[in-house]
Amino acid sequence: MWMDLLPIALLGGLLGLDVVSFPQAMISRPLVAATIAGTLIGHSLSGLLVGAALELVALDTLPFGASRYPEWGSAAVVGGAIFATHPEHPAGAMEVAIIASLSTAWIGGWTMVKLRERNALWAARRRAALDAGARGTVIELQLLCMTADYLRGALLAAISYAVFAPLTTFAITKWGTDARISRAVVVTLAASVAAGAAWKIFHSVSGARWFFLGGLAVGLVIMATR
Amino acid sequence: MTARAIAPMSQPERRTALPLRTQMAMFLRLLAIQGSWNYEILLGNGIGFCVEPALRLFPEGIHSQHFKDALARESKYFNAHPYLASVAVGALARAELDGEPPERIERFRTALCGPLGSVGDRLVWAGWLPFCSLLALLVFGLGGGAGLVLLVFLGSYNIGHFALRLWGLRTGWNHGMRVASALGNPVFRNGPQQIARVAGLATGLAIPLALHRVIGPGRVLLGGVLVCVVVGALVLVRLQGRIEGWRLALFLLVAFALFSVAH
Repeated sequence: MWMDLLPIALLGGLLGLDVVSFPQAMISRPLVAATIAGTLIGHSLSGLLVGAALELVALDTLPFGASRYPEWGSAAVVGGAIFATHPEHPAGAMEVAIIASLSTAWIGGWTMVKLRERNALWAARRRAALDAGARGTVIELQLLCMTADYLRGALLAAISYAVFAPLTTFAITKWGTDARISRAVVVTLAASVAAGAAWKIFHSVSGARWFFLGGLAVGLVIMATR
Repeated sequence: MTARAIAPMSQPERRTALPLRTQMAMFLRLLAIQGSWNYEILLGNGIGFCVEPALRLFPEGIHSQHFKDALARESKYFNAHPYLASVAVGALARAELDGEPPERIERFRTALCGPLGSVGDRLVWAGWLPFCSLLALLVFGLGGGAGLVLLVFLGSYNIGHFALRLWGLRTGWNHGMRVASALGNPVFRNGPQQIARVAGLATGLAIPLALHRVIGPGRVLLGGVLVCVVVGALVLVRLQGRIEGWRLALFLLVAFALFSVAH
């Protein structure tokens, strides 16, 4: 576990940076971040599975303007890495990996707010130079805040992984619910959140609900024939 | 404030194109436009950071008062969707290099904030992003491997993302202070509705197939899960505004984990 901590921290920093600061190419979305983390540990499919479940949940939290939202980049790295360290997928592994991700995303959202407050303080301290149009100050402020964001994500991922990885190992040894039932509980919750979020986003658009029902019918037919 | 900064440039001095190197520098900086986002000036410093390569084209150079006045003006409070802020960056760079009066630029800057925020939120955050996410989940549900799922998501999303930033920079530069007309583009007016319909279709297709892939075979269990998902979604829609779905999911999962460990 300790060998994995540094690469996970570096990856967590990088993907945490993508959420807002640079380049917002959505490599921080859970589907991507968890899969990359799984690949880093050596089991991309595990990362993909946990990433898909988290992506369903993440549909509920879109990054509108100055609103407060969970930070999925570092969080999904933690979940993907934890689940990938148990590639045989024992009962409890996915559940605790998802709990780890959701908790980290929650704390990550809070750390982003604190960072934005800190950025404001740094900007205020440089007010005179910014008002004078000092080129070096504009660039320095931008780089300083981005570096702080990277460190925030890296630290968050490292601490969260250090806490949740042993907790997952412990939970797996004590887990008393059947593996498939456990996984069914996770995806039921994730898909409920996704369906509720999709309704919230699309219900006001005329015809969208018919497209949804049409898609659902086709999806169920494909599922039944598999 | 110098007289040069206030008086518009004479027509022959106006630039018609930005050098490619400047365009590239501005585009790369646009990717970091939110790097110093904060609750005081929001995107303000980011706008100054992105416009700065264009301001270097002032004939007087970067040590002139003209350059400093322009950079100070562009680094003040600004708010917009990060991708569509490229429109503002292009238009403001044009306005500064064309020597528009500072008070006109400041009014123009203020007027840009609202539309560039709301249009971008509807088109990208409430449209393109969930659509690409659901498309990738559909590919996952159909059995796609990790590489394919990531390729579909990152490929589709970033084609739109980079195209929008590039279009914004070019449109802003080409239209300058008359850029408002470009925001009447049909993509902005009708795009969100069209994307929402296709995303609705993708939601219906993706959710059952993704569930099937994560849980594995077993129709009874899958049927039960689908019924529970419908009930759960209805409950969340009814609870809208009182609790966020992801937080509720976390609380329920923690309760389930405690039960399973103590069981």
